[in-house]
Amino acid sequence: MELHKLTAHELTNLIAKKKTSVKEVAEDLLKRIERTEKKVKALCLVDKQDVLAQCEQLEKGPRKGKLFGVPVVIKDNICVAGQDTTCSSRILKGFKPPYDATVVSRLKQEGALILARANMDEFAFGSSCETSCYGPTHNPWDLKRIPGGSSGGSAASVAADETILALGSDTGGSIRQPAALCGVVGLKPTYGRVSRYGLIAFASSLDQIGPFAKDVEDAALLLNVISGHDLMDSTCAEEKVPDYTKNLKPDVKGLKIGIPKEYFAKGLDNEVKTQVAAALDVLTGLGAKVKEISLPHTEYAVADYYILATAEASSNLARFDGVQYGHRRAKPSDLIEMYFKTRGEGLGEEAKRRIILGTYALSSGYYDAYYLRALKVRRLIKEDFDAAFKKVDCLITPTSPTAAFKIGERTDDPLAMYLSDIYTISVNLAGLPAISLPCGLNSEGLPVGLQVIARAFDEQTMLRTAFAFEQNTEHHKKRPNV
Amino acid sequence: MDIEYVAKLARIDLNVSQKKKLTKQLSDILGYIEKLKELKVDKVEPMSHVLPLKNVFREDKVKPSLPVEKVLKNAPAKKDSSFSVPKVIE
Repeated sequence: MELHKLTAHELTNLIAKKKTSVKEVAEDLLKRIERTEKKVKALCLVDKQDVLAQCEQLEKGPRKGKLFGVPVVIKDNICVAGQDTTCSSRILKGFKPPYDATVVSRLKQEGALILARANMDEFAFGSSCETSCYGPTHNPWDLKRIPGGSSGGSAASVAADETILALGSDTGGSIRQPAALCGVVGLKPTYGRVSRYGLIAFASSLDQIGPFAKDVEDAALLLNVISGHDLMDSTCAEEKVPDYTKNLKPDVKGLKIGIPKEYFAKGLDNEVKTQVAAALDVLTGLGAKVKEISLPHTEYAVADYYILATAEASSNLARFDGVQYGHRRAKPSDLIEMYFKTRGEGLGEEAKRRIILGTYALSSGYYDAYYLRALKVRRLIKEDFDAAFKKVDCLITPTSPTAAFKIGERTDDPLAMYLSDIYTISVNLAGLPAISLPCGLNSEGLPVGLQVIARAFDEQTMLRTAFAFEQNTEHHKKRPNV
Repeated sequence: MDIEYVAKLARIDLNVSQKKKLTKQLSDILGYIEKLKELKVDKVEPMSHVLPLKNVFREDKVKPSLPVEKVLKNAPAKKDSSFSVPKVIE
C-alpha cells in the first residue's frame, strides 16, 4: 500500500483498525524519502535509526493519541531534544537542544512520529528557501523553481508525499506562501494561539508556529494538538481552544466574505487573479455573500514589516556570539575578535543584511524616524482589519502575487524578494489567523494558493470557509509527479 | 548609512566586497522604506504588540532547572561548570 499518499485522518483510522502498523508507515515514508529527496532536498536531517527506535517505543506504549503513528516533519528552527536544530545556519551547526519545544512535546504526547527536519531559509530570513546553509530546496511541481519560504522544506516535503504532516513557522508569510507555491494547506494561527517555547526566535512579536497538511481536516487536527496556553511562553494566550475538527462543517451559507480591493491591484499575476475569482464563485455558489472592502494602509505593510521584523531579529540574534553554543572562531586573540569573527563566519548574507538593517533602525538618532514610526504604522494596519471585521466574517485574498519563481531569479534583488510577501505580511502585523489552501494550477502546471483571513482567535470561521471550498472542489487532491 | 559603524554595533565582521554590496542593497531598501514618511502619525499610539500586554504572574515555586552538564553540552569551550571565553580583564 502507498501509505505515504494518505492523510493523517485516513492513516490514524487504518492504524486503529490494525490494517497497518506504525513501523509499516515509517518504513514506507523512509522509502519514499529515499526516492524523492535527491531531487527535492526538502529535509536537512533524516535519522533512520531514531525513527525506527521511536516506532518500537510507540508500538510498546499505550497505543493512543490523536496522532498515533502519524509522521510529522519539523522545521529546523523548532527544538527537538538531542536532535540537531540549526535554523539551517552555519552558526548553529551541531547544536543539540537540551529540551523539546512545547509543540514537539505535545506531538509526542499524542503519539506522533518525529520523522525528519525540514530545510528553511537561514533563521527564517527569506521567501524562497535559498538562503539555507544546506543549499536550496526544490519545488516538487517543477524542480527548477523555489518552493517558497521560509518554511520551504516543510511545504515541499508534504507536497512530495515525503511526510503526512509538517510544522513550520510564520513571521511574515513563511507558512502560507510556501504552502501556496507547493499546492498544500498551510495555517498561521492567531498570535498567542500556539506556544513559541523552543522556537528559535526571529521576531518575537510576529512569530507563530503552525501546521502544513494535505487537506483542511488534517490542518485542523494538527492545530488541535499544538494549540493552547503554556506556562513556558508568557505571550501564549489563556484562551479556550475549541475542537477544530469537530466543528468542521462545509457550510458557508450567509457567511460574509470581504475582498480587500488593495490585494487585487497592480502586481497581481493575471492567472492567480483568475483562479481566486473562480474560488470566490464557488463560495458564492454555496451561499456566501461577497463584499468589497478596503484595507487602506496595505501599501505600507512591507516597509513597516522590514523595520519591525529586522529590529526584533537584530536583538534576538545577538545571542549567537560563540559563547554558549554553535560556531566559534578558532583561536580568537580576544573576546571582541571572537564576537566579530564568529558572526562574520557563521552568519549568511541575508542574516547579515537583516541584522544590520535592524540595528540601524534601532540605533541612536534613527530610532524615532524608523522604529517608533513603524510601531505607529503597525497600529494603523491593525485598525484597518478591525474596521473590516465589523462588516465581514472573513477575508479572501490571493496568498502570493505569483506562482513559484525560478531558483536564483530574485537572489540578487532583496527588495523584489521581500515583495513576494505582500499579501501575507499584514496578517502578522495584526496578529490574525490565516490559512492558505490550493485553488488550482496555472497554465504552467504550478499551484496557486487562496488565503482566508479571520478575526483573532476565530480559527473556526477560517477553517469552515476553507473546508467548504475544499470539499466542493478537487484542487487539494492533485499531487506533483516527482 | 555608515555601514562600518552599524556593523560594529552589530558585532559583525564584513569584508570590503560585502560592505560595498550591502551599502548598495540597504540604500535601495531604505529608499523603499521612506514610504512610511508619507503617513501622518503624530497622534497615533505606537503598537509594539498585538495582545493586550499584561504582566503575567505565577506562584514563586522552586522547580528543577536543567542540569549544568546538559546546559554546557553545546558549549564551544567550557571549564568546570562555566562557559569559557578569551580573557576579558588583565
